[in-house]
Amino acid sequence: MEVNEQIAIDHGLKKEEYNKICDLLNRTPNLTELGIFSAMWNEHCSYKSSRIHLKKLNTKGKKVIQGPGENAGVIDIEDDDAIVFKIESHNHPSFIEPYQGAATGVGGIMRDVFTMGARPIANLNSIHFGSPQHPKTKNLLRGVVKGIGGYGNCMGIPTVGGQTSFDDSYNGNILVNAMTLGLVNKNKIFYSKAAGINKPVIYVGSKTGRDGIHGASMASAIFDDKIEEKKPTVQVGDPFTEKLLLEACLELMAGKSIISIQDMGAAGLTSSSIEMASKGNLGIELNLNKVPCREEKMTPYEIMLSESQERMLIVLENGKENEAKKIFDKWNLDFAVIGKTTDTKNIELFFDNKKVAQIPINTLAENAPMYDRKWKKTKLPQKINFKKDDFKKLKITEVLKKILSLPNISNKEWIWQQYDHTVMGDTIQKPGSDSGVVRVHGTNKAVATSVDSSAIYCYAHPLTGGKQVVCESWRNLISCGSRPIAITNCLNFGNPEKEKNMGEFVECVEGINEASKFLDYPVVSGNVSFYNETKDKGIKPTPAIGGVGLIKNYKKMVTMNLKKKDNLILVIGKTEGHIEQSSFARNILNEKKGPPPEINLFNEKNNGETLLKLIDNGLISSAHDVSLGGIITAVSKMAIKGKKGFKLDRLKVLINKFDYYFGEDQGRYIIEIERTNLEKVQKVLKENSVHYDELGLVTENEIIIDKEPILHIDDLIKSNNSWLEEFMEK
Amino acid sequence: MKSSVIIFPGSNCDRDMDVALKKFGFKNQMVWHNDPEIPKSDLIVLPGGFSYGDYLRCGSIAAKSKIIKSVVEFANSGGLVLGICNGFQILTETGLLPGILQQNKYQKFICKNVYVRVNDKENKYFKNIKKEILELHIAHNEGNYFCSNDELKSLNDNNQIAVTYCNKDGKEADDFNPNGTLKNIAGIFNKNKNILGMMPHPERMIDKYLSSNDGNFFFENLFENLK
Repeated sequence: MEVNEQIAIDHGLKKEEYNKICDLLNRTPNLTELGIFSAMWNEHCSYKSSRIHLKKLNTKGKKVIQGPGENAGVIDIEDDDAIVFKIESHNHPSFIEPYQGAATGVGGIMRDVFTMGARPIANLNSIHFGSPQHPKTKNLLRGVVKGIGGYGNCMGIPTVGGQTSFDDSYNGNILVNAMTLGLVNKNKIFYSKAAGINKPVIYVGSKTGRDGIHGASMASAIFDDKIEEKKPTVQVGDPFTEKLLLEACLELMAGKSIISIQDMGAAGLTSSSIEMASKGNLGIELNLNKVPCREEKMTPYEIMLSESQERMLIVLENGKENEAKKIFDKWNLDFAVIGKTTDTKNIELFFDNKKVAQIPINTLAENAPMYDRKWKKTKLPQKINFKKDDFKKLKITEVLKKILSLPNISNKEWIWQQYDHTVMGDTIQKPGSDSGVVRVHGTNKAVATSVDSSAIYCYAHPLTGGKQVVCESWRNLISCGSRPIAITNCLNFGNPEKEKNMGEFVECVEGINEASKFLDYPVVSGNVSFYNETKDKGIKPTPAIGGVGLIKNYKKMVTMNLKKKDNLILVIGKTEGHIEQSSFARNILNEKKGPPPEINLFNEKNNGETLLKLIDNGLISSAHDVSLGGIITAVSKMAIKGKKGFKLDRLKVLINKFDYYFGEDQGRYIIEIERTNLEKVQKVLKENSVHYDELGLVTENEIIIDKEPILHIDDLIKSNNSWLEEFMEK
Repeated sequence: MKSSVIIFPGSNCDRDMDVALKKFGFKNQMVWHNDPEIPKSDLIVLPGGFSYGDYLRCGSIAAKSKIIKSVVEFANSGGLVLGICNGFQILTETGLLPGILQQNKYQKFICKNVYVRVNDKENKYFKNIKKEILELHIAHNEGNYFCSNDELKSLNDNNQIAVTYCNKDGKEADDFNPNGTLKNIAGIFNKNKNILGMMPHPERMIDKYLSSNDGNFFFENLFENLK
């Protein structure tokens, strides 16, 4: 087939991009070459709209071993141990085929981690669905949860945390972001940069089939009425083979034969081979007849663009082929020498003894298009003048029960009970906590991790929202007594060719960067997903932040469940009663306008650091950060988890009690302490100039608020637990 | 005391079991599914996981594997064989234990803490166990035990129902049946009670920082009984 402009456009390239290809090659590309360009130059692989902004991110820090640019980021957790971690999106495929889309998202991110030599020790996910009333929501949720579980459970990696939200803006574009943490010896990390000429290039893992061809291009396009036709572009997962691949790779990595290794993820063999050669400033030559194929008569075009899962590309030291092959034979996996590294700085492909493609590597990698797209700033919305007199009709207990049962606040046990969260025997905080915590096997250390996003705040004001998500991640790690180290981000946005969407992206990134710098909480890996848009309707900006922190002695870990009757409950951080964009304003008052709560980075850091001191001194019985639903929701969740009640004292402040209890001011934590520790705690808080209020105390099981009717903790448990179960099972 | 944990491709609780056995004093060795024979052992464990992917019926391929012949011989000569989760499924597929494990009633994978009651102490596994209601953990998609009426009668007559799901006070009822299993069965013995298959994972509950440490009672006791 002769390539022309129309064929290029059908491949998702723009007219100017096609012309640029012809210029760079000094000729018209053939179909295989065009396919390779389209795979490398799409948004998903090239980051062409985002690169210019991502460059500004704060990526350095004392604990950073590897920042963005590799398969995953790596951080130092002392004693030669390092954590490899990353988050990645699989939004588009999951909407088309929820089970396989989600499953292969989980499979892909785990490969990114074990490619670097790390054994995965924890999975997390951030999943977002349309309105519960939308006819597709239930099936999508069911399929995605099954897919995540199906893959992670079979691999034997615990899923220890996550986040689920529902919002109309995801009706046509759900979000599925998967995150994995792996543990590695910091002297034995593997990278993707190839080195040396004439080194054998090895293909291992599953055979190549026709699944997933053009998956990355599909993920770089908006959806229309014909999305169902794109089902064949969704890859099919085989977690069993991935488990074998994991064990085989780690076995090979224990030796010294690997020069570089790269998983075949988006754009399969194309991007993996080009990335390795590009980083090593080398060329690469592949004989496509040697690639193990699952189907007959596959063409070079199909072989290069297939996104079949569970495959890896390895550059070996010369003469190590047999030693390596033995390991893959043991695990019953394909192993083939398919080419070698060269000094030509070209990718050259051979098929049936003919050269079928030759492209200079730099045109595919560093010379790929980069755009500085136009973008529009979002103004800070004006404050709302709430009619406080109307609040008098409301009862706190009634509002509380309603808020606890909101889809975005209700208990998500229905979801995480389908994920194996205890395999590997080191999970010491399960899903449903502020962070998932896993021990570093055989040591006194533990790693805390959480994933967060706040699309509501980001939509109202992207700059503030971007800061807020980073702060919330930081708080979740602090509340369990871990020292936050670094983050990974999954930036889910609409169409970057629209100024408003691009502006949301730019300002969220700016917010993330600002908070990340101030908190010394660098970004070490991430992924961008644009074009989350269907028929002109885009999603709310949804950057998801995955954080990782270290607990040096896991015996000092703190949990959020209330522990003991008569213990005191305090809130750390100043409460001003910001209710715009709060769950209370949006769901009870039905007011969706106004600015999100302000972020004060100085207080954020100071409050967090001070809480860490209190925890380190053993003064804290339980702790929980204040987020959606404000103080009273936070205390209720602690009570629900601990199956205890609480009594709130009369307010000593001059704020309306609804503003006080339901406001979503930032930088706050609820702490439970023993009475006898009160003075010591007060002293530390005062010394560090941290504002605090005493809220009340823990009771056996009664919920006592002012003169309102007394509730039993079971009432709150019922409000919090029933929504999702009923939604899914009835 | 020597134990062997068999690793099938797709096993994923093999390390956890190794850690647990060693913690309670066993000299444990790992045995690969293609190994010609099993080293001399006092106990063989078939661990949890997804042997050979379990894309067919769970445990069915493992039941035809090379190593399983040695396991069957060992069991038939009175050796102690313990199958947890996928290991239990494999034991029913080999016919060493009666009945089958079907998909959970609500067709979902279930991962949570449960209570089980020890029903029979006249055996090497539970003799002298210090606690009879144990808080353990399940994580499976196919743990819904089923067998014929004749088989059930025989299980009852010979006290082969080893552990049953219950509440924390030991009460058995449908409310505490997590997966629709027959008669709340969580684990059974063969007639000679040298083979035990059970769905709950004691190896995941072996220290107080995990969500329960009742697995300790199981392993400590097993080790003492084998001494």
